[in-house]
Amino acid sequence: MAEEMRIVLRNMGKIDPLKIEDYIAAGGYKSLEKARSMEQEALIEEVKKSGLRGRGGAGFNCGMKWSFSYKVQSEQKYVVCNADEGEPGTYKDRIIMENDPHSVLEGMAICGYAIGADKGYIYCRGEYPYVVEMLNQAIAQAKEKGVLAGFDIEVRMGAGAYVCGEESALIESIEGNRGEPRFKPPFPPVIGLWQKPTIVNNVETFANIPVILEKGADWYKAIGAERYPGTKVLTLTGDVNNRTVYEVPTDTTIRQVIYDLGGGIKDDKKFKAVQIGGTSGGFIPESMLDTPIDFDSMTAIGAVLGSGAVFVMDESRDIVNVVARIAGFFEHESCGKCSPCREGTKRMHELMEKMNAGQGDGTDLSLLERLGTVMTKACLCGLGQAAPAPVLTTLKNFPGEYQAKLN
Amino acid sequence: MADYKAIIDRYKELPGGIIEAYHALQREYNYIPEDAVDYAARVFDMSKAQAYGVATFYSYLKIGERGQYIIRICESAPCHVAGAHEVVRALEKELGIKMGETTPDGKFTLEFTECVGQCQATPVITINSKPYGDMTAEKIAAVLAECQ
Repeated sequence: MAEEMRIVLRNMGKIDPLKIEDYIAAGGYKSLEKARSMEQEALIEEVKKSGLRGRGGAGFNCGMKWSFSYKVQSEQKYVVCNADEGEPGTYKDRIIMENDPHSVLEGMAICGYAIGADKGYIYCRGEYPYVVEMLNQAIAQAKEKGVLAGFDIEVRMGAGAYVCGEESALIESIEGNRGEPRFKPPFPPVIGLWQKPTIVNNVETFANIPVILEKGADWYKAIGAERYPGTKVLTLTGDVNNRTVYEVPTDTTIRQVIYDLGGGIKDDKKFKAVQIGGTSGGFIPESMLDTPIDFDSMTAIGAVLGSGAVFVMDESRDIVNVVARIAGFFEHESCGKCSPCREGTKRMHELMEKMNAGQGDGTDLSLLERLGTVMTKACLCGLGQAAPAPVLTTLKNFPGEYQAKLN
Repeated sequence: MADYKAIIDRYKELPGGIIEAYHALQREYNYIPEDAVDYAARVFDMSKAQAYGVATFYSYLKIGERGQYIIRICESAPCHVAGAHEVVRALEKELGIKMGETTPDGKFTLEFTECVGQCQATPVITINSKPYGDMTAEKIAAVLAECQ
């Protein structure tokens, strides 16, 4: 029986998130103190050694990323917390910020010290005005107590653009521009916000940092999967009995997540598919449910861990219908900067609606596959590259669903 | 109501502050007045085209009038399978308008949105950003009655 393990959500339900005294009494801000007593290189080495990889979906080694900014000589650097979670089915960053905002602030301040930055931004999605309020309160308390030791944090609000979860688009948005991704390289750790070295990490990544400092890299590295250690916060949605949030070690399998924690499929129906990682994730069939959720295991089956959204569909669900809706999502959210995505998401949506209406034929199926493959390779940013995943994985894992709807 | 110029001026010194200024305008008016875009362009030292480009890029921002209560219905996949279309139908019927429209008395505007991050209680609608989860067609009348 799989069990929860709370690292990121360690204080959930145990402290009043808006009382800094509670956070401090639970050992809060001690890790920042410890970090500041270390040499910057040693601190970055410790984070690197823990094996912590970015929890926003890209899975890049966190300490490694920090080292890139540390090495650049610049009088101004920035730390940015990506709280733009727009991936449908995902609400883990909201849960983390609502229950323990100071853990995120502390993680950011530790990063600031490590790379030599004294200014941080939290880019929080516009759909969470109530979270923005909480964050501002928490920042005011931290300033009053002087615990951030001169590290300044400001909250900026997104305005409903999914693409701003991509780090260079997010940076454009903080600068007051349309949130269109930049050409890379250079990458943000070297040239980022206002052309300065900038570390953009996800909320969940930052919330892991104080614990890693407190208990040590070796302790953290021993948890979960070897190459993607630690825990992952998952949000369960769709046709599952327990539609809620769980934090589990990364060697937990998909089956354990859905059945042990999620309580299985609603109304005693049969399982048909699960889409993990948000709306850009692959659709996974029953035969792959014993895969551990860690980044590399998921990639190996042609899926992703992504944001950790777990969207379960029972036997009654029409996969082609769901994928057509998802294709509509990407058409709406494509920023329009590069043509493979701007045109590709539109045509893909058209083709999927045609299939869904029962008017598609075999030629449309091969067009979908070809278009998807081109987009995966040719789109500028992760949005366009991942947009075809639901189509391509369902064509592969659920071909019968398409066959049944052919004209 | 506060003058839009005074609202925008508050963000003058904030680097990249135009989006924050637009949010502040929407907190006051529920939309961005057309003239405010011209003024924002001057304050933030950009062309009108750029200021307009920013205001129209983000789905949360809207130039031109909207109702007093903006009702947004999530149509992302988890809400879609949970029956968002039935909630849409009930809202359209109850208010006598279609999605994207505003009631003649200026009270309600209906908009589609993508995920609002409340997926533990699908389908979800928001009214002036406040989420209402586990919506059904039957609950619509009671929720609308709260908007006074």
